[in-house]
Amino acid sequence: MSFLTILEQLTPGMWRSMLIFFLTLLFSLPLGLAVAFGRMSKCTPWRWLIKAYISIMRGTPLMLQLMVVYYGPFYIFGVSISSGYKFYAVIIAFVVNYAAYFAEIYRGGIESIAVGQYEAAEVLGYTKNQTFFRIILPQVIKRILPSITNEIITLIKDTSLSFVITYMEMFTTARQIAASQSSVLPFVGAAVFYYVFNLIVAVLMEKAEKRAAYFE
Amino acid sequence: MDADVILEMKDIKKSFGELDVLNGISLSVRRGEVLAVIGPSGGGKSTLLRCATLLETIDSGAIRYLGETAADTGVEGSAVYAPIEKLRKIRSYFGLVFQNFNLFPHYSVLKNVTDAPVVVQKCSKREAEEKGRALLKKMGLEDKETYYPSQLSGGQQQRVSIVRALAMEPQILFFDEPTSALDPELTGEVLKVIRQLADEHMTMVIVTHEMAFARAVADTVVFMDGGVIVEQGPPEQVLGAPREERTRQFLARYSEKEA
Repeated sequence: MSFLTILEQLTPGMWRSMLIFFLTLLFSLPLGLAVAFGRMSKCTPWRWLIKAYISIMRGTPLMLQLMVVYYGPFYIFGVSISSGYKFYAVIIAFVVNYAAYFAEIYRGGIESIAVGQYEAAEVLGYTKNQTFFRIILPQVIKRILPSITNEIITLIKDTSLSFVITYMEMFTTARQIAASQSSVLPFVGAAVFYYVFNLIVAVLMEKAEKRAAYFE
Repeated sequence: MDADVILEMKDIKKSFGELDVLNGISLSVRRGEVLAVIGPSGGGKSTLLRCATLLETIDSGAIRYLGETAADTGVEGSAVYAPIEKLRKIRSYFGLVFQNFNLFPHYSVLKNVTDAPVVVQKCSKREAEEKGRALLKKMGLEDKETYYPSQLSGGQQQRVSIVRALAMEPQILFFDEPTSALDPELTGEVLKVIRQLADEHMTMVIVTHEMAFARAVADTVVFMDGGVIVEQGPPEQVLGAPREERTRQFLARYSEKEA
């Protein structure tokens, strides 16, 4: 089997990997902000609940979380699962896991904004929402962009963990072809894909950071 | 009540834990009056200003703007604040210039001074920009409107923050040590614009360490120490011929430092 044929066979997996990547970002970035608010909530039980959630998400392997989300409904609740659920299980596991990491990044960013910014906005008559979305959040985003870039790059590579529930993304596909063909070439193809994807993302994020550098 | 009284504070008490920071402060500011608040650090000046601008809550006493009550001592003896909507209205009566400017770093100079009028007061963008540009010009900042705060000197930033406050057309403007964060050579340009505002009869309360400035610009000087107003009156009296021993000591220490 030629390298080109292998790449062709890897293509559907590539699209699925990219889909996991984009959907995870789409949902976990806003969810992370909501979680960050919960983490900073004045309501103690709520805050502890969120703290526990973040702690579990960060303290256990994502691979294990994928298995729990996928097999959990059957083994814990006896619900039969359809094969279509696999995709949803991957997205749920990734979103819930990455939201926890993003939440801590948001929190660090929000807490780093000087109290004077809130006070200036309050005296000028901004509402709490206006203050957050107009004054605070743009400054937070600028500060956390480097950390977000880190997470995003990790996410690209983490999509390969979906192999544990045999969701046919890039890595799972490569593994299957490699096994059937007794060849390492599929892995080489996969490596090239992850690397190039990461390179593109790194360049784009660097551009974003430069764009955000218009203020200090 | 006198219709010309813009701010009235009555028997304000405020403590942080065990520490009584304000111990029964009463003062009123009339339209067009410039009040300078002086006194040693820790004497309660800044806390008084933060209470007046509703950034800090008082324990008891009353705060009124233009006869409208922001807070008053309730039946249980502690201060009760007006509902949020009323406080929002009362906030529109005053502006505050901070010691360290607190400009919005992600907004250009023009956006800093037009955003609140547009977002909070629902001015049209064009109207806000016209007004903003006129004020910037008045403060000698007409060529800076596209700059970001970090590109300006401290004195320029403070002048922008004065414009930002003025753009909301407050009835009274508070200054919290407006030149304390500035290099000595930059204080002059800020004091000059405040003096200009005084000449236009802008009602102002200025917490300051600049005695010469207070003397030149204030109608009334208030000397605060230990959470109380020790002495108040025209600058010639409080700064020139103080009646109280504590005021004399403070001024003596001050002139030693300045010499």
